[in-house]
Amino acid sequence: MKILVAVKQVPDTATQVKISSDPKAIDTAGITWIVSPYDEFAIEEALRIKEKRGQGEVVAVTLGPDRAKETLRSALAMGCDRAIHVNDPALANADTMTTARALAAVVKQEAPQLVLCGRQAIDDDAGAVGAQLAEVLGWPCASWIMEETIDADAKTVRVGRQVEGGLEVFDIPLPAVLSAQKGLNEPRYPTLKGIMGAKKKEIKDVKASDLGLSSITPELSITALEALPARPPGRIIPGDVKDAVKELVRSLREDAKAI
Amino acid sequence: MEKFRGVDYYGIEGLLSDDERMIRDAVRDWVEAEFLPIVAEHHRAGTFPVQLFPKLGELGVFGATLKGYGCAGLNNVAYGLIMQELERGDSGLRSAASVQSGLVMHPIYAYGSEEQKDRWLPVLATGEKIGCFGLTEPDHGSDPGSMKTRARRSGDGYVLNGTKLWITNGSVADVAVVWAKEDDGEIYGFLVERGTPGFSTLDIHGKFSMRASITSELAFQDCRIPLANKLPNVKGLRGPLGCLNQARYGIAWGAVGGAMACYDWALQYAQQRIQFGKPIAAFQLVQQKLVWMITEITKAQLLVLQLGRLKDAGSLRPQQVSMAKMNNVQIALDTARLARDILGAAGIVDEHPIIRHMLNLETVNTYEGTHDIHALIIGRDITGVDAFGIGS
Repeated sequence: MKILVAVKQVPDTATQVKISSDPKAIDTAGITWIVSPYDEFAIEEALRIKEKRGQGEVVAVTLGPDRAKETLRSALAMGCDRAIHVNDPALANADTMTTARALAAVVKQEAPQLVLCGRQAIDDDAGAVGAQLAEVLGWPCASWIMEETIDADAKTVRVGRQVEGGLEVFDIPLPAVLSAQKGLNEPRYPTLKGIMGAKKKEIKDVKASDLGLSSITPELSITALEALPARPPGRIIPGDVKDAVKELVRSLREDAKAI
Repeated sequence: MEKFRGVDYYGIEGLLSDDERMIRDAVRDWVEAEFLPIVAEHHRAGTFPVQLFPKLGELGVFGATLKGYGCAGLNNVAYGLIMQELERGDSGLRSAASVQSGLVMHPIYAYGSEEQKDRWLPVLATGEKIGCFGLTEPDHGSDPGSMKTRARRSGDGYVLNGTKLWITNGSVADVAVVWAKEDDGEIYGFLVERGTPGFSTLDIHGKFSMRASITSELAFQDCRIPLANKLPNVKGLRGPLGCLNQARYGIAWGAVGGAMACYDWALQYAQQRIQFGKPIAAFQLVQQKLVWMITEITKAQLLVLQLGRLKDAGSLRPQQVSMAKMNNVQIALDTARLARDILGAAGIVDEHPIIRHMLNLETVNTYEGTHDIHALIIGRDITGVDAFGIGS
C-alpha cells in the first residue's frame, strides 16, 4: 500500500514570532524550524500502517523553500521511504487552496491509496489543506482522526474522529485523505541510524510546471499581520471592602461593560 | 524556565554538517522528553533509570561511531554532540553512555576476537546488555600500572583475584571488561560475565555526586573464566589507556553540555528574578559572571569541535584530548558554581538543575584522569620532562 504524507515546516513552538518590515510576513531571522507536530502523528501513522501490513511505501511531500528540505530529512530519518519537495518561488506565498491544488497534482502523479496529514499546521493554524485537498481530488476526507483501521484488501478504512465527548466512527472508501489529531499515536524519535540512512534516500525536487500548474491564482491573500495588543495591567481597588465592592461593580458595568 | 534552545554565541552551529545538527537535535529532544522529567527523583533516590538502556540503544547512542554490529557509524563530532546533549541532562546519563561505548564496546571492537565482537557488540548496541569497565583499584587510581589484580593461567582458563573500585554500572552490568596482570607482569583485558562464581559486586553509597548513577566495587575471588574471554589483541597499559582516551574525548564534550545547562538556566533566572526593583541580570556583578560563563563555554565548544575534526582526520594526539578534558571540565565546574551563586538560595534545591550539575562535575573533574594528571600529561608533552617520576 502506498501512502503519501503531507508535512509542513513551521517555527519551533518556543519561537517568539515577530512581524517583519514587510507587514505581510513574519521575521524569519533566528527561527528554529521543526516539522509541524500534528504532521509527526501523520508520519508515525503512515509508518505503522506500512509496518503492520508488512509492505508498502511511505512518501513524504512538502511545499516550501530550500530550508523545508530539513523537514523532509526528518521524515526520512523517521522511516519514510522517499520524499518530494515542491520548491518553486511561484508558490512562495501559497494560500491553503493553492497548496491543496499543488498537493493534488502530486497525488495524481504518485497515485497513493491514502493521504495523511496533520489536522493543522501550528504556524497559521488554518486547518484547511487536508479537506481542500480531498475536495480537489474528489476523495472522501476525515479530519482530526484518533484511530484508523484499514481492511485487509485496502478497500476501506474505519476511522474514529474526535468530537465533543467521544468518537465519531466512519467507514470510508479508499483512496481517502485523513488528518491526524494528537492522541492518534506517539511519534517515534528519528534514530541516529535513521538519520544517517536518510542521506541515501531520494528527495525529488519538483517545480510548479512539473505539476502542470500553469496559472497560480490564490483564493486568499494576506493584507496585514498584527501583533496581539499588550495585555493592559491589572488594577487593584483600594479602600474598605464595602466601598471597594461598589467601585468594582461600577467599573465592571461602566468601564469593562462586562455586566 | 523556557525550553532550552542551545547555547551558541559564535555561530558554531554553522561549522556543523546537517547530519551532525540533526543528530544533536534528536538526542536533545530525547533528553528533554524522556530523561529530564525523571532525573530529579532519581538523583534524590540515588538510582539510575536502568529502564532507559534499551531506549538509548534504540536511539542509537551506544557505540555510535562503530561500523557494523547494528551501530550507526557516525563521525566523532556527531558522537561528541551526543555526549554533550546527554550531559546537558545529567553527568550520570552521559557516564552510562560513555562507559558502554568508550570503555566496553570500544575495547571489544578494537582488541576483541571475532567471536567476542559477534557475541557482545550487537546486544550492547541495543542496550539489551549492559557493560562496565574495571581498571581503578582501591589503592591504585592515577597510577593504574601498579594494579594488584592478577589473572593466573590455570588449566583451560584464567583465575582472577583482586578488587576494582569506582566502577560505573558495576552491579547492573552483564559483562565487565577487567584489566589484570598476568604472571609476566603485563596487563591484559578480560571479559567477566555477571554470575561467574567468584565475581561479586557491591554498590557504593553515601555519594554526594553522581547520585543518578550506579557506582560499584567489583570483587574477584578465585574467579575462573575461560581462555576465550581474554581480549587477544592488546597487551600492556596501552589497552586501558586507549579506552580512556575514547572516554575522555566524550567527557570533554559532555562537560560543555553540563556548562550549557547551567548557563542557560542561570541566564533565564537572572532575567526573571527581581531585586531592588529590577532583574538581577541588570547588576554589573551578575553580568560579569554570565559573560565569563558564555566566553568560556564558547572557547570550550571550539576546543572540542576542532578536537573532533582532528579525531575524524585520524591525526588526534592523546595529549590534545587531555587538554580538552582538563579545560572543559574545569570551566564547566566553575560555570556551575557561578550559576549556583546567581540562583542564590534557589541554587541549592533540586527544583533547579544547578546543584546537581555542580556536584556531578566534581566527579567528572576527578575521573578518567584528574585535572592535575592531565596537566602533567600536557606538561610532559611540551617540556619533554616527565613530572610523574617514572624512570627518574
